[in-house]
Amino acid sequence: MSSRRLIGVFENEEKTIQAIEASRQRGYKVVDVFGPHGSHEIERAMALSPSRIPWVVFAIGLLGAGLKVWFEFWTTAQDWPLNVGGKPFNSLPAFVPVTFEVMVLFAAVSAVISFFIVCRLFPGKKTQVPVEGITDDRFALVLEQTDSRFDVAVVARLLFTLGAVAVREQLAEEVPA
Amino acid sequence: MADIAISPVAASTLDSAPRPLIEGRRSLSQVTRDVLAPMEGRPTALWFVALAASVTLLGLGATAVTYEIATGIGTWGLNRTVGWAFDITNFVFWIGIGHAGTLISAILFLLRQRWRTSVNRAAEAMTIFAVMCAGIFPIIHTGRPWFAYWMMPYPNFRGPLWVNFRSPLVWDFFAISTYFTVSAMFWYIGLLPDFATIRDKSASWWRRKIAGFLSLGWTGSYRTWQRYEVVYLMLAGLGTPLVISVHTIVSWDFATAVMPGWHATIFPPYFVAGAIFSGMAMVLTLMIIARKLMRLENYITLRHLGAMCKLVIATSGIVGLAYATEFFTAMYSGNQYEQFVFANRALGPFAWAYWVMVACNVIIPQLLWFPHIRTRVGAIFAISLFVNVGMWFERFVIIVTSLHRDFLPSNWSSYAPTRIEVATLLGSFGLFFTCFLLFCRFLPVIAVAEVKGVLKHTWPHSQVGDRDGNPVEVQHV
Repeated sequence: MSSRRLIGVFENEEKTIQAIEASRQRGYKVVDVFGPHGSHEIERAMALSPSRIPWVVFAIGLLGAGLKVWFEFWTTAQDWPLNVGGKPFNSLPAFVPVTFEVMVLFAAVSAVISFFIVCRLFPGKKTQVPVEGITDDRFALVLEQTDSRFDVAVVARLLFTLGAVAVREQLAEEVPA
Repeated sequence: MADIAISPVAASTLDSAPRPLIEGRRSLSQVTRDVLAPMEGRPTALWFVALAASVTLLGLGATAVTYEIATGIGTWGLNRTVGWAFDITNFVFWIGIGHAGTLISAILFLLRQRWRTSVNRAAEAMTIFAVMCAGIFPIIHTGRPWFAYWMMPYPNFRGPLWVNFRSPLVWDFFAISTYFTVSAMFWYIGLLPDFATIRDKSASWWRRKIAGFLSLGWTGSYRTWQRYEVVYLMLAGLGTPLVISVHTIVSWDFATAVMPGWHATIFPPYFVAGAIFSGMAMVLTLMIIARKLMRLENYITLRHLGAMCKLVIATSGIVGLAYATEFFTAMYSGNQYEQFVFANRALGPFAWAYWVMVACNVIIPQLLWFPHIRTRVGAIFAISLFVNVGMWFERFVIIVTSLHRDFLPSNWSSYAPTRIEVATLLGSFGLFFTCFLLFCRFLPVIAVAEVKGVLKHTWPHSQVGDRDGNPVEVQHV
């Protein structure tokens, strides 16, 4: 189903934040906001729910550490026990460095892979930015018409009042979600 | 629109007045233009000269390594007493250089140091290239580098034969491969938004295509930015203990041996501080070169150089304290072998190396206490070179002076590097600088998106400029 979307283009972060807050106060649906640099203020204004990636990282990091301790114990003390300088086969303190490194490796790789999966980032992906200049110096606020309160002319006027330099109207299919 | 005049900040007042993070009132699009300019334009003649010199050194090193592999480790100056020398000195030196990159990108990120944004990209690149250089030495040091994969546990046809997890060599393998992987991922994740900027702004068709492929379809959506920042924070949080663990493990290569001069509990913190010290000096060296070659004086400002100088002073103090502590521990231990090693270091045949180390690492960096030295780029550059030399000698002193006169005087021997060893060291510098110069030419040296994120903090009480760089809504300057 296609729906109407309005894209307000802004030249600075503060005005974008004001526009997001004003739009949300009026009950308009903020589909997404685009911009050239990270901004915690914009994320707060959009009221995004916290990411669950840290939980994935924590779980897979622990899994990596657990697997490595087991693997070191299995190879060194069970599968092929070798007497090296009279050290005990199950030399737990000596297993700590490698266990720590493998935990970090599992956690870091899982962070990156889960980020790519959640954000659907992959090589060769066909990219659609809503307006030009997003990766340079422009911010874009994408609003969606969900009910009759969303009068395009009124909303566009509001965005201009809040400092938008341009407002574009698009069908939903043209806009990346 | 207010009409404002910004007077250039005099060098003498730089330390007393808060200095801007980015000089010149830059707008968002000007940042893009400035940072992409060195990639778009023709490189300077100086860049070509530097690249030619680096490639020559790289070729020399490659020839030396090829000859060494074809002939054997006998081409080095090692003997039955001094079994380690240039190879492990160079390895520890290069690993240490890499650490400042992670310090700037991860630890300073966690400490919310905004000045890091201008230098973190280049520092992370430096980490990756330094770890590559470091990796060469243990591999060729094994004598049969084509069997380097034996350090990895893998199911093999020789029965259930596994690596020895109690061996520091295996710890090193895991530490360095993890460090390289995590550093490379951290670097690439940081580059994603900038690849998207190149994709959308570059004038060259092929650069747009390559950057488009590498940007993985980045759109600048704040839903992505939010997760990006979470992942960046996770990697910084993981990178911080990682970097400390890597040099701690490298120090255990020595400390787990029962060898006077090596068998010391102070080694882990001492090595980590030394690594940050040498790496910070190398960041300074490279940043001063890059800001000159790529005309980035507005982004890598005296404020950045000053902040790094202060880190150099702090870590120089830690390293100096560690040198003194080692002597005190030897004296206080009552162990005659330990006492002899330290007396031999300061007064024996390699005393010259020891005093070069002390002069370069402890005495010369004290000049940075003076603000007028800390604000002179030439002086900082010279001091950073001294620290690089001094830190290389630190590793040489630890290794060679502990080994060359061991428990039995009948074993005593000396050590001098052969031409092959010197050429291998020079070759590693060639590899490092070749990679760094290519990086300066083909990738954004400054993290564009991160610099844009701190612009609003640069000029207090005002907003950043409009598209043409004119300041808007200025209340106070």
